[in-house]
Amino acid sequence: MTDATSFPPGTGSGGRPTDPARRPLVVSPHLARRYARERRFRLLGLASVATAGLILLILLGSIVSKGYSAFWQYNVDLTIEFSAEELNPDGGPVDMETLRRANYLALVRDSLKREFPDAAGDRSERRKLYGLVSPNADIVLRSMVLEDPGLIGTTQTVTIKLSDDMDTFAKGYIDRNLPEGDRRVTDLEIGWFDHLNSEGRIHAAFNVDFFTQGDSREPEEAGIYGALIGSILTLMVTLLVSFPIGVMAAVYLEEFAPKNRLTDLIEVNINNLAAVPSIVFGLLGLAVFLNFFGLPRSAPLVGGLVLALMTLPTIIIASRSALKAVPPSIREAALGLGASPLQVVTHHVLPLAMPGILTGTIIGMAQALGETAPLLMIGMVAFIVDIPQSFTDPATVLPVQVYIWADSPERAFVEKTSAAIMVLLGFLVLMNAIAVLLRKRFERRW
Amino acid sequence: MQTFIVVLALLGFAAVGYTMGRARSIMTAGGTPKGLHSLPSYYGAYTAMWIGLPSLLLLAAWLIVQPQIVDGLVMGGLPSAMTEGLSSSEYGLLLNDIRNVATGNISSRGDDPAITAAAARLSGLHDTGFILMIVAAFGIGAGGLAVARSRISPTLRARNTVEKVINVILIVSSLIAILTTVGIVLSLLFESFLFFTHVPFYEFVFGLNWSPQTALRADQVGSSGAFGAIPLFVGTLLITFIAMMVAAPIGLLSAIYMAEYADPRFRAFAKPMLEVLAGIPTVVYGFFAALTVAPAFRNAGESIGLDVSSESALAAGVVMGIMIIPFVSSLSDDVINAVPQSLRDGSYGLGATKSETIRSVVVPAALPGIVGALLLAISRAIGETMIVVMAAGLAANLTVNPLEAVTTVTVQIVTLLVGDQEFDSAKTLSAFALGLVLFFITLALNVIALSVVRKYREKYD
Repeated sequence: MTDATSFPPGTGSGGRPTDPARRPLVVSPHLARRYARERRFRLLGLASVATAGLILLILLGSIVSKGYSAFWQYNVDLTIEFSAEELNPDGGPVDMETLRRANYLALVRDSLKREFPDAAGDRSERRKLYGLVSPNADIVLRSMVLEDPGLIGTTQTVTIKLSDDMDTFAKGYIDRNLPEGDRRVTDLEIGWFDHLNSEGRIHAAFNVDFFTQGDSREPEEAGIYGALIGSILTLMVTLLVSFPIGVMAAVYLEEFAPKNRLTDLIEVNINNLAAVPSIVFGLLGLAVFLNFFGLPRSAPLVGGLVLALMTLPTIIIASRSALKAVPPSIREAALGLGASPLQVVTHHVLPLAMPGILTGTIIGMAQALGETAPLLMIGMVAFIVDIPQSFTDPATVLPVQVYIWADSPERAFVEKTSAAIMVLLGFLVLMNAIAVLLRKRFERRW
Repeated sequence: MQTFIVVLALLGFAAVGYTMGRARSIMTAGGTPKGLHSLPSYYGAYTAMWIGLPSLLLLAAWLIVQPQIVDGLVMGGLPSAMTEGLSSSEYGLLLNDIRNVATGNISSRGDDPAITAAAARLSGLHDTGFILMIVAAFGIGAGGLAVARSRISPTLRARNTVEKVINVILIVSSLIAILTTVGIVLSLLFESFLFFTHVPFYEFVFGLNWSPQTALRADQVGSSGAFGAIPLFVGTLLITFIAMMVAAPIGLLSAIYMAEYADPRFRAFAKPMLEVLAGIPTVVYGFFAALTVAPAFRNAGESIGLDVSSESALAAGVVMGIMIIPFVSSLSDDVINAVPQSLRDGSYGLGATKSETIRSVVVPAALPGIVGALLLAISRAIGETMIVVMAAGLAANLTVNPLEAVTTVTVQIVTLLVGDQEFDSAKTLSAFALGLVLFFITLALNVIALSVVRKYREKYD
């Protein structure tokens, strides 16, 4: 590498020699090559960091570009005739029960038939025509009529969601120049769409339902609200279980535990638990919580317990390092003033370590929020339309909702999935930002 | 939810007890806290513990025992013709039907009057049990309050008692970690043991054929059920290998660049970026693999005339590698930073360039730590689930061709256990055997990695 008798003068740590004239001859033929190699190595390092950054950009970019369009929805204004014959065919007195049961879909269909009389003849064409709008369009009409029965007999312009295929087409994901057999919408449907569009009756609106509704088989009706509530319930259980237990375990191990076999065993255990694959925790939950204790399947209670066991090591390890960072002088001063060991911890050490403990807890919660695999094991992967009301109702969580939608064949679920991922990532960013803020704002260095 | 409210009510009761105990202690001391052994708040805590601990423990025990007793009573109340000679799974099915009727759901035999009667009995017993539980819990709490009240006197060493109880609670919480491990090992061992009574051990470990569909009826064709796990192990190793091919070089080189070359400003930007990569949920990586990377690889393969499966091991492995990059880089960053500066200075003093120093001094000195980091990364890759569930195949395919679809241990666990299942079939139990293998392999890798890292740390600290 170097000639022992001749040191390259002026060579700093890898820098260039300052005075080429005094460079010893033995080294110089190799030097250019060595410097070239140095540059190449440095470039290689930079390239790998850049690769990681590029991949991150591609990942986020692909999700945002696929998902941003899910935040709005194309609707169509239809002239609906709230005909009394259709809503109350028996002609009796109008009561709520009749109105609740009436066939509102027929109103939508009549309106479409009036709009495009040509299609009314052929059965398959008729089905396509009805397929322009969401099959759940009747719910809007029903709630309108139930709210104001005076609408019966009048004709109104009602805004109705387009079906998922037409919505996807309106957003430009389906190329109309493709041959007809290669795309999900036919020329006929495109013709209808263009006709309505030229009359200015198709317009986009912010997709409120995405944030206020539960899951649905119809992509245009599917929302993340149910999964969001499920996530919140699950994380509440996780926090309620893992935070106190984790902090108490950390306090014991750091402040009170004698150094013996048992505490060694506990420490080894905690370190190993931190590295156990998450799916194994799911197996534990299935075997112990569901089969042994008979707790309900798909419930946030069980999901929260499993995730609590999983995040416990994270919280314990973070809390221990926060406790360790409190200088011994604090403890000694308190002991010297006559505080009992427990008073030292609860009055002085714990409050000083709290920012660090909370930071670790939030990071653990963020991990739990993004976790999917163990929840699949305990049945939180079911198709659930209702919004969960309690800890024992069947529920699902955001990442599992992403998994369920990613598995759905409809093209429109791709954008829903990406949008759900964006919401999930938004929550994770928020939690981590709080953790960083907490660390920056309250962490003390002694 | 009801139980949750009861727990809250009990905690409220304990809080009331706290103020009562506090007031009582001051009263017994003659109006001033001066003559008391402990501060008044400790007498309050003492009373709250006498109320809260026994009643909450009773509540927990009650919740575990009550369903069993109620089920037994309900099934015992059925006409004997219905329960006689039932196997345990049929018994469970019958019980489930009764429960369904009781909660107002539709059941397969809901119109049977005996079932309806049993369901009514079940919900009746359930409600009675619930009321009894509340009465018992609050009764015990009131008893505790009375005991605490009678014991409070100025000489009672309340602080010492409270601290002793808290110490026990602290010990119990740190034992939860051990309990979790014991729970994992016992449940996996127990179910795996059941599995090995159906399928011989050597067939599981050395068999080359994996098709866990067992026949529902004896005369069914084509679903014999084969439990040879070799194809799963090979698939797991193949995907892990691809992942490490991506993660090891990029992660290591990034770590070296960040530790040795990057200036603080670059680090302040690049480190959080890698942490973001680490914080992305795996289900997002799975979606990325299935919808972006796999089609891209398939199209690229098509354009050069290669037949790439749309669930190729390559796509899953590469994305898994991306997921592991920050893991490798942050662990290696730590060990590289732990190499003493004097070693570098010595090398520079001999005229070596920076890259020569890194290659012949820093990396060899950090090697045990780097090996440990890579082992941990491998263990992470083996246990990773969502990416492979979403992007790798389902069919067990014994191949090492990265362009074909393979399946992994974790994928099989998920597919075997998602959805309805009966708990005594070899198909379901095999998932636990796979889980056992997974647990022990990752455990072994972690133990080796940690011991390698620890040995290395002792050298320089």
